[in-house]
Amino acid sequence: MELREFINFPGLTFPGLKITLLKPDIFFKQWYSWYSKIHSSHLESPLEVFHNHVYRLGIPDSHIVLMLADDMACNYRNPKPATVFSHKNMELNVYGDDVEVDYRGYEVTVENFLRVLTGRLPPSTPRSKRLLSDDRSNILIYLTGHGGNGFLKFQDSEEISNMELADAFEQMWQKRRYNELLFIIDTCQGASMYERFYSPNLMALASSQVGEDSLSHQPDLGIGVHLMDKYTFYLLEFLEEVHPASQANMNDLFKVCPQSQCVSTPGHRTDLFQRDPGSVLITDFFGSVRKVEITKDTINLTSPVEPPIKRSGSSDIQIESLTYVDQLPVAEIIHQKPKQKDWHPPDGFILGLWTLILLVFFQTYGIKHLKHIF
Amino acid sequence: FRLSSLIGHISTCPSLIGQCCQRHPGSVDEFQEELVIRPLHSGDIYASFQFRTLWDTDFLQEGQKVSHYRLFPKSLGQVLSKFSVRELHISFTQGFWRTMQWGQPFIPSPPGAELWVWFHDTVSDVDGNWKELTNVLSGIFCASLNFIDLTNTVQPSASFKPLGLGNATDHRFLRYATLPREIVCTENLTPWKKLLPCGSKAGLAVLLKSEKLFHSSFHSQAVHIRPVCQDEQCTSKAWELRQTLNVVFDLYTAGQGKKAFRSSIYLNCGKTGELFELSPATPLLSQAVVLGDRRTYSVFDLTRAETFGQLRSLNLLLRWKGDGGEMLRPLLHAERYVAGFGLQTGEIHTVIYNNHPYRAFPVLLMDSVPWYLQLYIHTLTVTSKSRDNKPSYIHYQPAKDRHRPHLLEMLIQLPPHSMTEVTVQFERALLKWTEYTPDPNHGFYVGSSVVSALVPSMVAMSTNFTQDQPLFSSFVPVKEESSYFVRVYTEPLLVNLPTPDFSMPYNVICLTCTVVAVGYGSFYNLLTRTFQVDEPSLPLAKRLANLIRRIRGVPLLT
Repeated sequence: MELREFINFPGLTFPGLKITLLKPDIFFKQWYSWYSKIHSSHLESPLEVFHNHVYRLGIPDSHIVLMLADDMACNYRNPKPATVFSHKNMELNVYGDDVEVDYRGYEVTVENFLRVLTGRLPPSTPRSKRLLSDDRSNILIYLTGHGGNGFLKFQDSEEISNMELADAFEQMWQKRRYNELLFIIDTCQGASMYERFYSPNLMALASSQVGEDSLSHQPDLGIGVHLMDKYTFYLLEFLEEVHPASQANMNDLFKVCPQSQCVSTPGHRTDLFQRDPGSVLITDFFGSVRKVEITKDTINLTSPVEPPIKRSGSSDIQIESLTYVDQLPVAEIIHQKPKQKDWHPPDGFILGLWTLILLVFFQTYGIKHLKHIF
Repeated sequence: FRLSSLIGHISTCPSLIGQCCQRHPGSVDEFQEELVIRPLHSGDIYASFQFRTLWDTDFLQEGQKVSHYRLFPKSLGQVLSKFSVRELHISFTQGFWRTMQWGQPFIPSPPGAELWVWFHDTVSDVDGNWKELTNVLSGIFCASLNFIDLTNTVQPSASFKPLGLGNATDHRFLRYATLPREIVCTENLTPWKKLLPCGSKAGLAVLLKSEKLFHSSFHSQAVHIRPVCQDEQCTSKAWELRQTLNVVFDLYTAGQGKKAFRSSIYLNCGKTGELFELSPATPLLSQAVVLGDRRTYSVFDLTRAETFGQLRSLNLLLRWKGDGGEMLRPLLHAERYVAGFGLQTGEIHTVIYNNHPYRAFPVLLMDSVPWYLQLYIHTLTVTSKSRDNKPSYIHYQPAKDRHRPHLLEMLIQLPPHSMTEVTVQFERALLKWTEYTPDPNHGFYVGSSVVSALVPSMVAMSTNFTQDQPLFSSFVPVKEESSYFVRVYTEPLLVNLPTPDFSMPYNVICLTCTVVAVGYGSFYNLLTRTFQVDEPSLPLAKRLANLIRRIRGVPLLT
């Protein structure tokens, strides 16, 4: 399954040079299952091709959250390691040389996905694994994998339902985590996933209607799996035509992959979106434009940082030379005293046991007879 | 007869890139890079890249916050100061190092990811710092290091002494964890390359192309940060960041090389002319003693223009001349496997070989076993040459379910020319159903054992520290001349735990509901149903006839 999010950041200004970042977008995706146990394998690399398109259209890697559930490129079964090709002619290695996967392997779970969307991550989570969006960001989410009526499979062991997704988007709306959100899903019966959305400013695209299956495009006999799904293939072909200044709008995107090419009927949903889809540019979600203003005035730069002064005082104190530690001090190890364990107060069990023993003792003998016993 | 070649081109470097890796006059950064190419007897080529940044500063000094970074990467510098790290060693490896075929590596590493950190004495909550550090590093290296938690972290009591400067070694400040299942791919190489001062745009790093690097029998990339001596007198400390990449190639490789400061390629010749022919021949030959082995190296210094000749390119051609001579047999070698059958019990066997003909030496074996393999330490046996061998030091920390793994450390004396076997029996635990991975039938990994030893050396090692020493021989500090320190990692184990059938809850619910519905439903009906005799309804004609018959007073039809 693949997930993609694009996010817009507010404008940032740098001293001296005016650069206004209009729409840096975050691209968030997740890729699932090369060797699914039940169904025939789908090697889906729209992730990587999207990666290329997204890069080409201006979104930096720091704004992309990429989730790959399986390791395809460096898997031992891949005859050409570190490469993933979108076409069996092997012309374009979509895994590239500078890909950065944020969530991989077992980290791709429904819980992590929803936590990234809603922002409820543990405080020690690094920035590259977070969705740092605010109320002026546009987000693109792209999901692909195996799914059914109202659910999408994660890792062959759990599912995410359309209701969970709708609730997550509502949480994002309440917390002002997006301005506009485009949701693309390429699974069987994909339209069922956006049926339950109820938050504003959501637009959704799916590769097939309820009751229909999405089909895969071409097999690669060298690997033995299919490389891409039909809908994604034609979607990417469409995106090849898009350049950063393109005026293509959403209505063109809805026409991608009609039934004659895709066998399934792609669907879309725009009722929650406030603007007219015809006026929404593709680059609003897929690309990022930075406006650069060149100023002709002279700018005074602050003086460079002084290199740290060598600590002359310490050399008088530390006259003896420092030494490296002995790597295997046999004598020291043999005579090492066992580590003193910290004293802990007695466990509840021990306390209970002793209380029981004392109670029984006093019940048997009674307090007043104690002096005769001792 | 096999042919292998490495081709390097030099284009005229634009001045901006060329200056990037130079030493700044008056500053305190220094960068050095090195590539050692060693043809192995099995026909493979072992290439070891080492990039070292030396920086004279003190991250941990109070009051002076380091904010100006030149060659040293800022992301790592901030990590070191925030978590008060004294030493950090992290490695990502794909494949297993075959000691018997390839000899000893310069920098050993276990399969998967390995992280061990020495914290400073001033840290009060080591576990908290450790947890945050692993999360931060997982973001930096795009790896799932956040899976390192208390269930797979151990605190070795005698192994993994600091490789840097220092005198106090309280093992309470050491943490070690390994993730044997971690995969290494382009997404780990990309941030690793970004830590280099020039990235992958200049210097030897230009040779690092992911399609070539991962198409290999062994690939290991590591980052080692430690305090070292700044100069020969060793009166002050400097921070050293060493990034190493070890690859074993099987086939034709090609790459590009550009100029960089203090960049050199060392080519291990063995006895020149006997094993293979090297062209272009270089007059620079140096000898270095590494891992107890004195070898001759041909040195190509990339900062000197003479290396490149007329065509301004460096083409290295190695031609093998038939089968080579005998390989030096590694003196220390270890193996590990699981014995037994079934899904209840098993036995872990660790076998350590001492191939020295007449010297015995001690080794420190460290085993970290996850809690779900419950070890029975009373069945621990150590035998050498079919006799019981009692270890001089044993440290065992039992596991606590879901909290702590087993830690077993033993100092064993290996008799000369012998095989020592350590066996311990275990029982497999049944996990809770949420604790199984999505693919539990693959099995669960047990991290490699670590065997640390001071192996007696055939050749006298040099204990002097010089600035001009090649990088590959200066990684481990040498304390005495007659032995060298070596660390050998065994194979990781893959054990199957008793796995429930995850479709069973659904099956059970269906079956139970069916039985209940059929059984209870029938019983309920039998008890509560009443029966009444019902007269069949007559067709219309007969009903009308009956009406008339009633009027007439004649018996009715049925």
